[in-house]
Amino acid sequence: MRSVICLCLLLLSSIAFAQTVPSAEEVESRAREVGRSLRCVVCQNQSIEESDAALAKDMRVLVRERISVGATDAEIIEFMRLRYGDYVLLKPPLQKNTYLLWFLPALTIFGMGIWLIFAARRQKPNIETPRQLTEAEQAVLKRVMDDNT
Amino acid sequence: MARIFRATWPLMALLFLAILFAFGLTRDPSVLPSEMIDRAMPEFELTDLYRPNVVYTQDLLLDDVALINVFGSWCIACEVEHPKLMALSRMGDVKLVGIDWRDTREKGQRWLRKNGDPYDLVIFDEDSRLAIDLGVTGAPESFLVDKEGRIRYKHVGIITDDVWSNILSPIINDLKAEE
Repeated sequence: MRSVICLCLLLLSSIAFAQTVPSAEEVESRAREVGRSLRCVVCQNQSIEESDAALAKDMRVLVRERISVGATDAEIIEFMRLRYGDYVLLKPPLQKNTYLLWFLPALTIFGMGIWLIFAARRQKPNIETPRQLTEAEQAVLKRVMDDNT
Repeated sequence: MARIFRATWPLMALLFLAILFAFGLTRDPSVLPSEMIDRAMPEFELTDLYRPNVVYTQDLLLDDVALINVFGSWCIACEVEHPKLMALSRMGDVKLVGIDWRDTREKGQRWLRKNGDPYDLVIFDEDSRLAIDLGVTGAPESFLVDKEGRIRYKHVGIITDDVWSNILSPIINDLKAEE
């Protein structure tokens, strides 16, 4: 009986272990994913996955280390953000000081649309309705037509 | 109104760009705003540059105002900065703590033998543990830590005479006056 319980516990513990400690491949693929979203603070237009900078290399190592001890992707990103600020995020978060950044393109297009509508309305129609013939002209026209028949 | 607009819009556009560039082009993009100000010194457990068996932790920085200076033997700008640190060391106004960053013990020690060692002690940070926790982006970089071990100021780049007398020295005096 005792051995059965032991066996069960052993199996359970291995499940728990599997959940908290990801496999080597999983660590690598998640680390790449996280690394691509983190900016290298030395060469600022590269992610830490792309950069050859020594600091980026140390950051990559750190990311892998954190993942293998069970940190979530969000926790690692937060960890870096706490130290280097929003700057380290390659995708800027939607927050008060980035509203302009996120909404300006849409606002510009919207504004231009409105402007276009107003501009189109304001423009005078360039097809003038033809002037009516005067009575004298009509008389002339009638005479010409009659002569022809 | 429309006529005024039509006549002046290129000028307006120029003005707008001028203002934009006045802000955008005068900022140094390599200087990141520091996240660490007023935070406690991050926890660390690193060894002394000269004595690998001596372990330092964040408690090292309690009780005294300290200037932490991140350097490395590979860092050219650090060599330019070094004479100023030597002078500060001779003045003895503030505790100087060095972080030898991304270096080997041998190279770090040799560099300090050659240029002089101004530090009261040197922490050896081989793989950026402490540097990343401090949000360091390059060397030299310096931090002022108050008596309670909180980071109060960060300076990116060389400590020049100007930076010392106009920025760092006044802050150190303030921090020393704090109880």
